[in-house]
Amino acid sequence: MNKPLITLTDVSTTVQNSAGAQINILKKLNLTINEGDFITVLGSNGAGKSTLFNVIAGGITATNGTIKLHARDITHESELTRTKYISRVFQDPKLGTAPRMTVAENLLLALNRHKSFSLMPRRLNKHLATFTQITKQMGNGLDQRLQTSVGSLSGGQRQALSFLMATIQKPELLLLDEHTAALDPKTSAQLMQLTDEKVTANAQTALMITHNLEDALTYGNRLIVLHDGQITLDVTGAQKAQLTKDDLLNYFASY
Amino acid sequence: MSILVSAIGQGLIWAVLGLGLFLTFRILNFADMSVEGTFPLGAATAVALIHNGVNPYLAMLAAAGAGAAAGLITGLLYTKGKIPILLAGILTMTAIFSINLRILNGANLSLLNQKTILNGHLMQQLPPFFNTVFVGMIVLAVIISGLIYLLQTNFGQSFIATGDNPTMARSFGINSDSMTIFGLMLSNALIAFGGALVAQNNGYADVNMGIGIIVIALASIIIGEVAFGDLSLNFRLIAIAVGSIFYRFVLLLVLQLGFNPNDLNLLSAIVLALALLTPKLQNVFKIKKVIKGSVARHE
Repeated sequence: MNKPLITLTDVSTTVQNSAGAQINILKKLNLTINEGDFITVLGSNGAGKSTLFNVIAGGITATNGTIKLHARDITHESELTRTKYISRVFQDPKLGTAPRMTVAENLLLALNRHKSFSLMPRRLNKHLATFTQITKQMGNGLDQRLQTSVGSLSGGQRQALSFLMATIQKPELLLLDEHTAALDPKTSAQLMQLTDEKVTANAQTALMITHNLEDALTYGNRLIVLHDGQITLDVTGAQKAQLTKDDLLNYFASY
Repeated sequence: MSILVSAIGQGLIWAVLGLGLFLTFRILNFADMSVEGTFPLGAATAVALIHNGVNPYLAMLAAAGAGAAAGLITGLLYTKGKIPILLAGILTMTAIFSINLRILNGANLSLLNQKTILNGHLMQQLPPFFNTVFVGMIVLAVIISGLIYLLQTNFGQSFIATGDNPTMARSFGINSDSMTIFGLMLSNALIAFGGALVAQNNGYADVNMGIGIIVIALASIIIGEVAFGDLSLNFRLIAIAVGSIFYRFVLLLVLQLGFNPNDLNLLSAIVLALALLTPKLQNVFKIKKVIKGSVARHE
């Protein structure tokens, strides 16, 4: 059994709706993410998937409950501090990259994570060979466009770049928020394949929100389902392997 | 001839404003109105200090410091106070107006018979107006190379990324609030420094000298962009200096046509509006793309 990386204990989040009423999104949610887990996260709209990610990444602070990284309580740590060990890829390819900077410049920023106050020259050229090599793995022509500004890339290339940037310095936890949802089926499948290769090869601990049941079943070693702010299904390993699309459809139909 | 030299000199020293504004307007992607206050603030600070016998170089540094302090206030109002940037800038600008009246102890103050960086012993050896050109070139060389260095450090790249995509910047551990405040401080320091320079060139500081400054600074940026098109970041900074000189030539031309100096703000606004409208008017040349182009293109 692997060691726990992130532990959420009785985590609740409360927000005010426009009418001023208090609404609970997460309701005493418990989740232990073990090192090396690749967890696919399913759930209908409004179940709390994005809130779960935001609570883990620090964008939203839990109203009740605790979040621990290894043994350390990080419940009240800021989003900015948590970027030291958590990387995110957003659904919108535009959110993860700087459009007017070049591909190489974007990669360099990701490589220099948390060195943003260094006044040393950036020395971009020194890294170009490495950048060519890692973008080549993407197999979508990104390596030919290192000097192009990111705004002129295709959505697929841009999202592949977001993924590369999020993983270039291996984070302790990788959060993938429907990162293939905005892409066409072929590009989406390509990026999903790449994600799986990279996550598996690096034993990267990762959570992936998806609405694609097949992806949720094919990838990862663990699958969780969120419903109404709680985790209602959590299957791992062999149990997950036996799960079928029909099982999941029946499961969702029961709500 | 000397009228051309004068225009070049004016263009060079006013280019400092364009460079300052570039940091906020093009890199951070917003219009900072505080510059209408920090420009006369720099002028007032320097002139008042020189009047009190302070070394003009020190007076200019103090002017830059005052500008940075004003930028800090706008930055705090915007990032920590969540006041929209336009309003934050207008608040600072309005407050500075009163401060300038205090500093100058009146509406204006002359530098008559005072020692400035433009009338030193060496400067008086130069032909008329060449002192402005000389000082302008040195100042621009220092500021442009400083900015080129800074923007190509990890810090500078983080600063650019903040303006480009704050969400992305934060997700890579860049404190976008600090970067924004830094940008406003540096930008306003440069603009106040420009104000100190212009005041010494004009021979006085006036509380009203800030009116329309943002338009003039923008004009040098936009004219440079329209004239030179898609450039790398380093050359864009140089294009601002050239744009500033072009702008002075345009003003010179219209003044020759018989307009009087009181029409200058109207003319400045028209020149800028025309430059901004160029893409709409001349889509054929794809200038629109140029203006929205990269700030950080690799060499």
